[in-house]
Amino acid sequence: MGRAKLPRKSTNIDMTAMCDVAFLLLSFFILTTKFKPAEAIAVTTPSSVAAKVAETKDIVLITIDKDGKVFISMDDESKKEVIANTLNTTKNLNLDVQKFKKAGFFGAPFSGLSAFLAIPEEGRKGNALPGIPCKDSSNNEVSTWMGLVLSAYAGQKANIQLKGDNASKYPAFKNVIDAFKKNDILKFQMITNPESVPVGTELWKSAMKGEKRTE
Amino acid sequence: MAEMDTSSGGGHKKGPGVKKSKKLSTRVDLTPMVDLGFLLITFFIFTTTMSQPTAMKLYLPKDADKPEDQNKAKESGVITILLGKDDNVFYYEGQLDNSASNFKSTTFKEIRNVILDKKARTPEKDLVVVLKPSEECTYRNVVDILDEMAINVCKRYALVDISAVESQLVKVSEAAGAAAPAK
Repeated sequence: MGRAKLPRKSTNIDMTAMCDVAFLLLSFFILTTKFKPAEAIAVTTPSSVAAKVAETKDIVLITIDKDGKVFISMDDESKKEVIANTLNTTKNLNLDVQKFKKAGFFGAPFSGLSAFLAIPEEGRKGNALPGIPCKDSSNNEVSTWMGLVLSAYAGQKANIQLKGDNASKYPAFKNVIDAFKKNDILKFQMITNPESVPVGTELWKSAMKGEKRTE
Repeated sequence: MAEMDTSSGGGHKKGPGVKKSKKLSTRVDLTPMVDLGFLLITFFIFTTTMSQPTAMKLYLPKDADKPEDQNKAKESGVITILLGKDDNVFYYEGQLDNSASNFKSTTFKEIRNVILDKKARTPEKDLVVVLKPSEECTYRNVVDILDEMAINVCKRYALVDISAVESQLVKVSEAAGAAAPAK
């Protein structure tokens, strides 16, 4: 019996379609990546083994730069509006509420806040600004700020984050912690770069056993 | 694809034996291009997820005004770590004695062994690590030592203000260390 002859097919596959897919994905990833915005305050964070990714919503970020100057930033504009109004009524600062809402961060004592808001956003550079005074325990404005933040967030959860520069001295950090304590903020997060757990240490052993880490 | 015909050789030929150049296909092999595309994708995926900052949680104790509210710690289970400037670390166990003979100097590399050694010698519930950063140390030192607590699984540790005596001791030891760096 005669066998049906199978047509010999070429083993070459047309790669064009696959190439299209690959580059489509590539362009998708490139376009969707959020670039790190150029920061007005230059801070290099230390690294830690903490594995929890920092929250990105409802954050109140306190930044300490290398000279120990303190800055505050918030992402929620409605909360900033509340704070601006409170400041205007309690301290008579005559702040521009719209500008206050749009400001990315604050880095001036209350007395100089309206002058700070008068500077255009791109002109506010961390190294040229005075920062929020917190050195003096009697005039710890960070503490006042935290009080304002807490009342603005009344009842809602605010993620308090602290981002310090490697080179900043401990007293600056301590002053901020004192301001937190004064407002009964006893939980906060410190922003760090991820680092792998050193091999052979106890944490590494427990991670190998599959135990969940208690933060 | 441009290709030179080198096989025939022998210069120009004429007549009926002349070879007609083969019609080359216009298809290009895209496999290397696909490879490149996926390579770039993997590169971008890896580099973007890596730079996500992590958060280290820190819980502060509430300041106790009355001495009887304060946490008690067994003297034998306490190790105090002091942070000086230029990444210097000092430590002592229990209470600092008058002549400061138990005041020892170390580095960030060796502090892990010191903590582990102390941990091995004390029952788990008694171990308390007291961290005292001095005025001169940096934020990075503080985070590093807190990280060390996480790495060595020390459950009880406290960030305490440095006392005047200790701060003086750190300064003196640092000055002595600078005079005789070979250690």
